Amino acid sequence: MTGTPSRRRHLSALRTPLGVVTALLAITVLVLAVVAPILWTDSAKAVDTDDILAGPSAEHWAGTDNLGRDIVFRTLVATRLSIELALSATLIAVVVGLVLGVAPQLLGRRAGRLVTASINIAVAFPGLLLALFFAVVFGIGATGAVLAIGLAGAPSFARLVQTMVAGVVSLDYVAAARTAGVGRFRILVRHVLPNVAEPLVVNATIGAGGALLAFAGLSFLGLGVQAPAYDWGRLLFDGVSALYVNPGAALVPGLAVLVTGLSFNLFGESIAKAVGVPTQGTALAPRTVVAPRRSTDHAGPATEAPVGGTDDVVLDVRDLEVAFPGADGPVQVVRGVTFAVRRGEAVGIVGESGSGKSLTALAVSQLVDDLGQVDAERLRFLGEDLLTSDTAARRKMLGTSMAMVFQDPMTSFNPTRRIGGQLAEVSRHHHGLDRKQAMARAVDRLGAVRIPAPERRARQYPHEFSGGMRQRAMIGMGIMGSPSLIIADEPTTALDVTVQQQVLDLLAAIRREDDVALVLISHDVTVVGEVCDRVLVMYAGRIVEDLPAADLATAGRHPYTQALVAAVPSMDTALDEPLAVIPGRPVDPADVPPGCAYAARCPLATERCRVEDPPLAGDERGRVACWHAGEPIEPMQLSTTRTDVP
Amino acid sequence: MATTEALRAAPTRTRGAWTANPWVRFGARRAGRLLVSLWVLVTAAFLMIHLIPGDPVRGALGRTASAEVVAARRASLGLDDPLWQQYLHYLKGLLTGDFGTSLISQVPTSEIISQRLPATLWLALLGFLLAVLIAVPAGVAAGVLTRRGHGRRTELGFTTTSVVLGTIPDFMLGVALVYVFGVQLDLLPVAGNSSAAAYVLPVACLAIGPAAILARVIRVEMVAVLQADFVRTARAKRLPSARVYLGHALPNALTAALTLSGLLLTGMVAGTVLVENVFAWPGLGSTITSSILNKDYPVVQAIILMYGLGVLVINSIVDVSLALLDPRSMILED
Ligand code: SF4
Repeated sequence: MTGTPSRRRHLSALRTPLGVVTALLAITVLVLAVVAPILWTDSAKAVDTDDILAGPSAEHWAGTDNLGRDIVFRTLVATRLSIELALSATLIAVVVGLVLGVAPQLLGRRAGRLVTASINIAVAFPGLLLALFFAVVFGIGATGAVLAIGLAGAPSFARLVQTMVAGVVSLDYVAAARTAGVGRFRILVRHVLPNVAEPLVVNATIGAGGALLAFAGLSFLGLGVQAPAYDWGRLLFDGVSALYVNPGAALVPGLAVLVTGLSFNLFGESIAKAVGVPTQGTALAPRTVVAPRRSTDHAGPATEAPVGGTDDVVLDVRDLEVAFPGADGPVQVVRGVTFAVRRGEAVGIVGESGSGKSLTALAVSQLVDDLGQVDAERLRFLGEDLLTSDTAARRKMLGTSMAMVFQDPMTSFNPTRRIGGQLAEVSRHHHGLDRKQAMARAVDRLGAVRIPAPERRARQYPHEFSGGMRQRAMIGMGIMGSPSLIIADEPTTALDVTVQQQVLDLLAAIRREDDVALVLISHDVTVVGEVCDRVLVMYAGRIVEDLPAADLATAGRHPYTQALVAAVPSMDTALDEPLAVIPGRPVDPADVPPGCAYAARCPLATERCRVEDPPLAGDERGRVACWHAGEPIEPMQLSTTRTDVP
Repeated sequence: MATTEALRAAPTRTRGAWTANPWVRFGARRAGRLLVSLWVLVTAAFLMIHLIPGDPVRGALGRTASAEVVAARRASLGLDDPLWQQYLHYLKGLLTGDFGTSLISQVPTSEIISQRLPATLWLALLGFLLAVLIAVPAGVAAGVLTRRGHGRRTELGFTTTSVVLGTIPDFMLGVALVYVFGVQLDLLPVAGNSSAAAYVLPVACLAIGPAAILARVIRVEMVAVLQADFVRTARAKRLPSARVYLGHALPNALTAALTLSGLLLTGMVAGTVLVENVFAWPGLGSTITSSILNKDYPVVQAIILMYGLGVLVINSIVDVSLALLDPRSMILED
């Protein structure tokens, strides 16, 4: 944590409009606190008995109080006392909080725990309640209120410090210092405090705003500053009793409190945001979640009638494109993909990450994030045109005939609902079954995917399932209907090696039983070769080769296909050898080169490749997009070991 | 991934037969914590009187009271006994429903509380209900409208409004409401609780701030949850949008909101003190303020105890509902 970058980050807070405005306001208030009592104390004291509780006039902008004193001047002069009180209270809160917060570190285990437990109990009580308690103990008046608000604020600071200290202490170098025998106190001064200081100051700024508002509250109750002294809260208290006569008497001090409190508060927040400091309020930070995937209601142009003789085609995709908005215009991630899947056929889609294989699957299943633009010349599932707008009938058709299996079974189930209910939901919505019937079917399906004791398991929550079991339950969810197509996106990647095979076997069994087609997206060439009939190899958003799975290992014609296969460690590769990888980097979809996208990495690339994009040309062996398809490549050129990669 | 491992291991952990049930362990732990907090609260309330510098009885009765009266009152309060005896006496009193006697009116504090408590309870309850009724639909709608990559402007407007409304202290909001609806428009009563209309302003005053904060959190959570894998799964089941948002996304967004609403509700309990003072509401809040000013310490002590109790009860309710809503939260604590 060096000074310069952190100062630069502080300054970056000033670049946001909110940061600038609140900083200016806070500075103005601080200046006023210094100069106002010097300049205007006399004007604020001037009693004008002829002009008691008057409304606004040219002489008194906001009218006068019950002794005829000018409200505006009184408010200005009160700035100093209000700020002094708020800052003193904040100081108390920070100091006491700091002491309590680091105490568990300095004291032994037992005493430390006790302090922690006390803090935990204290933070559960709202600050105002603690302040009332302390106000009673310390007595009514300014001093009592400072102590009360300061001590009431201490527990939340203590909690904050404690969390931060725990974070610092667990750092490697601190732990190392401790094992090296450096004393607790020294560690505290050397390592902990410097790390805690910045967030503490930022939070103190936020806290000062809160203290100001709290003071106004206590004074408003009559428990704060007592006459003849006056702060904003006191002025507000007096003003409220004259609300019917001169609302200005409440409005002006009220605004002063509000604007000042808010500007301290928001200034602190904007620094915190700029510096990335935790605040007391961020305990509820949103948890991390993966990128969104949502369906799109895409209305495309009506397309021609299905080609004759394709009755057994389950899925018919022609010239599919998916684009996402990028920094400089839309980025095409899938660039014209054409393929069909027949009844009972298993088609694998392989490629490196970023090749567009997952998006192709999501686009086909209408689950692309709705920021994504899906376009196609044709997109048909079971003869139904998916490019027309969404209807309930179509939802039912998709819900019962197309099953999805996602990569991470851990996050793909709703954690707050029982497994059985999540399965049953499909039948309740699409088959019109009642709760009991739907649940019976869910139990039956769980049994079908070989989950033992399905009755009991159906009543459990996802977190009570193991990873493999969850993935089987996910497949079970897919067969609540009678699917014609299962789309599985890396279904085994997140699983232990031992259960991967079980899941693949299960998919195979389901396919056999009902002649279900499968689209299997995977980066694992071996799995695809084993499970599928046909393989689509994707690179940079296009299909570069379409070949029978049996040919994948030895008869791939596209250099990229061969490179993918070569990168798989074979049985005779020694385990301690570095993993082979394809040399070069995948193409950035925002910047696809002209000519063949693979040219930069291809050992066969010639001048033509760099200028002319090879079309996907079909023959009896499949389809391939390469000017030099099938030409021999030295095995050494295909892959490299990881050590060669920058 | 330590938590993942813990989650996986939790249900199969072998312990004694009944301690293996996570609900039993959860209940036992929660009850233990409640008891400790209760003890701390009661002790703090007891010590409060003894921490006050000077003689509280003299303070309450004023300088004019004769020494005999003060001495007699001290004796009747047992203030001359050793501290531990007073403590035991206090605890015994609490168990038998004796919360002490007002120094000034000589009325048992339990009587004062039973008179004043209902008004405060209604205020807090209605305020909370109103806050939830505003915050949940507003937060969900804003979340859906501003999900990733959508509604930039809506998001800015929503966040600004909710930050401002959430930061204005409720007593100031109250004063403003009194001025606008009571003084200027003369539409609604601004004091007491004698008619249904009299509830409108105090309840609104109490609810607006927490509603704004809650709505903001629900929106943020909704936006996050809408990106979760399981929402995609729900879409893959081809459920109608309403079902996806309300049936799948909302319950998950609510867990964080529920944690927060515990804080908000306890904050509202404290907020009633100020709001009651703005609207001359005949509840505990206006009583505790006047009792503090009059130095009527037994009444203050009893009311502080009531507030503290309210906070503890609310926190326990929130914890239990959290466990019901998201069973993982219960195990994660182990
Ligand atoms: S077209 Fe040229 S660059 Fe592209 S894969 Fe074939 S040989 Fe390589």
